[in-house]
Amino acid sequence: MVAHLLRLKLTLLRNGLRRSPWQLVGMAFGGLYALGLVAALVVALVLLRQADPGLAQTAVVLGGSAAILGWGLIPVVASAADLTLDPARFTTYAIPMRHMLAGLALGGLIGIPGLATALVALATVWTWSRGLFPALGALAGACLGVLSCIVLSKVVTTATASLAASRRFKDVSGIAFMVPLVLMGPIVAGVSRGISASAGFLPELARTMAWTPLGAPWSLGGDLAAGRPGEAAAKLLIALATLAGLAWCWKLLLERALVNPPYAGSGSRRGGKMGLFGILPSTPAGAVIARSLTYWLRDPRYAGSLVVIPLLPILLLFQGSQSGDYGSLTFAAPLAAFLLAWSISADVSYDNTAFALHLATGVRGVDDRLGRALACLAFALPVVLVFAVGHFVFTGGWEQLPGQLGLSLGILFTGLGLSSVVSARYTVAVPLPGDSPFKKPPGNVGQTMAVQFAGMAILALLVLPEVALLIVQLVTRDTLFGWINLAAGLILGLVFFVAGVRLGGRWLDARGPELLAQLTVNR
Amino acid sequence: MTAPHPDPVAHAGPVPALSIRGLAKRFGGKIAVDGISLDVPAGSFFGIVGPNGAGKTTTLSMATGLLRPDFGTAVVHGVDVWARPLEAKKLMGILPDGIRLFDRLTGEQLVSYAGLLRGMERDVVSSRVAELLAALDLSQDAGTLVVDYSAGMTKKIALASALIHAPRLLVLDEPFESVDPVSASNIRAILDRYVASGGTVIVSSHVMDLVQRMCDHVAVVASGRLLAAGTVDEVRAGASLEDRFVQLVGGRNHTEGLEWLRTF
Repeated sequence: MVAHLLRLKLTLLRNGLRRSPWQLVGMAFGGLYALGLVAALVVALVLLRQADPGLAQTAVVLGGSAAILGWGLIPVVASAADLTLDPARFTTYAIPMRHMLAGLALGGLIGIPGLATALVALATVWTWSRGLFPALGALAGACLGVLSCIVLSKVVTTATASLAASRRFKDVSGIAFMVPLVLMGPIVAGVSRGISASAGFLPELARTMAWTPLGAPWSLGGDLAAGRPGEAAAKLLIALATLAGLAWCWKLLLERALVNPPYAGSGSRRGGKMGLFGILPSTPAGAVIARSLTYWLRDPRYAGSLVVIPLLPILLLFQGSQSGDYGSLTFAAPLAAFLLAWSISADVSYDNTAFALHLATGVRGVDDRLGRALACLAFALPVVLVFAVGHFVFTGGWEQLPGQLGLSLGILFTGLGLSSVVSARYTVAVPLPGDSPFKKPPGNVGQTMAVQFAGMAILALLVLPEVALLIVQLVTRDTLFGWINLAAGLILGLVFFVAGVRLGGRWLDARGPELLAQLTVNR
Repeated sequence: MTAPHPDPVAHAGPVPALSIRGLAKRFGGKIAVDGISLDVPAGSFFGIVGPNGAGKTTTLSMATGLLRPDFGTAVVHGVDVWARPLEAKKLMGILPDGIRLFDRLTGEQLVSYAGLLRGMERDVVSSRVAELLAALDLSQDAGTLVVDYSAGMTKKIALASALIHAPRLLVLDEPFESVDPVSASNIRAILDRYVASGGTVIVSSHVMDLVQRMCDHVAVVASGRLLAAGTVDEVRAGASLEDRFVQLVGGRNHTEGLEWLRTF
């Protein structure tokens, strides 16, 4: 039975790859990345063989504890648990619980994260191959550690299954996950500074961790090498008890989950709250604005990119505080303008086949384009203005404000016009409605890349006058060019905006059904 | 729910509600629809039946302006769908099958959105939305996001979006799928009244009993071709619609196998 489950997992993996060659490419890239990481860690562990046993013990125990912690936390936060062997799918087959647990646990090893963890864990055997017993201890520890990793992640995903199935949790966790991801640089810098400041504390931490379930399995080899068989025996007991306890919890949870499938419903709410639909003008374009703005707030795929915007100046400020030069803050406004304007270039792709409603109601292309662009403009314009002005509050040098504003507004309006054309003609691969913003989207990666790069190149070309004027102002230090830039940015931007909305609208009128057909491919 | 009659000429003669001629569509190497011609009389309750993959959805998509045909024309109340799409779409209410909705809106917002997109006044929209939701038993969930609706509720809210502008022709692809029996009979009552007051309804379905009871006309489609069309009594020719359908489409296998299924 265990072999059957393992074979099923492999077949599912292979058939998933067979569906599209791009999936294979994605897997290959993921594999290469993991391989690089694994190789680096394995080499480090091999080198640690020559190192002082105390240092090796500290590194192995802390690294191992971090691995177990990661396996426990990541599935919840990323809501990206591997559900190919979802126990709920086996409810109708009478599989004995023991076989099911063993099969699912071993199945968890198949896949990039499982294999990577197993390989790195086995490399610790080499680190402790300073004698027969240390090596055997490390081997037992590695097996126990890896199994603990997998069983812990199963316990966590089973326990939170009904939580994770609720739409609200998925929405929030997807957006919340964005914050640490964007702030990765500052976080890594802070943590590494903290660690280097308290290096003396690490061996102490490792000694303590070695007595906890997280670190116990990883400390066996080191303890035996240091000639402390008594401690090693005690830690082996801790590790065994941990694994047994986790397995028991998993069995209980699984037994309960199999007869109580996750309930993801939510209470019903009476109507009467029309939200933005009640405020904006009751024209087709007004309705499209209301719908788009509602989506910017409610759909995590849109809201995720909104979360990034306020983090942008924080990121630049942090960089400034590192180097003492806040010059990079200049980029906050143009960058925000670009990101926000470009974000609607995939608007129709985000709609997916829901776009059929626009087609069925016969809304004019211009109204569709204008509504989407104005919805984005409604918050992008204040954001860009605040960023541009805020930068000079920080650094002074107000004589550059007009030029900066000209460039930022030029990028914003031109970008919105260009996006209106792009999304009327081309679909790109984006996460499906309801999916996490991080999920790898289905669809044609090649076309997505081509559309994105070509679109950005054209945008760069269109805002060339504003960029040139800004450079001229920086060289000549003549504020007149700043004012010219402001006028140019506004006039050129508005011209491109209107032209883009009209051209996009005309294309949409002419090719709406073809666009819907392209969307149907990716649903 | 009386349909507006913007075009008095169309009303005078026996202009069919929908007239399609030689519609054909090929997807890659597969011919999905192979030249279907059909007239749907105004004021009829028209059923389109066919096995899975017969081309029903493709045909209806081409007839309603959602999918461009390779060949053929579709004319709604005298207006060519592909030559004058905006005019034709004003006359039609469409419930497509297998497409998503803007499901991050509440039910009420979604139906209002459909109305506002068609350029209707806000007051008219809001009073019609309230009536439609009440008629479809959705008032209790008007403020719930459509993404949290059950499959049947989603179907009903899509139907409400198709009805909001009082179209002259309703094209409903699988309207009763996963709808509970009480709501289904409410929907049927609404559609019956709509037809009685001069509207035309086209439904596609695989449920023969339903079509036989509900519709006055029926067309049988299989492998992208029209096998039979006419009033229900003409098509079924004395037999039940289901038997006649199986006879027309073929493919009923009277296998003798599966004896072990009776041995336990």
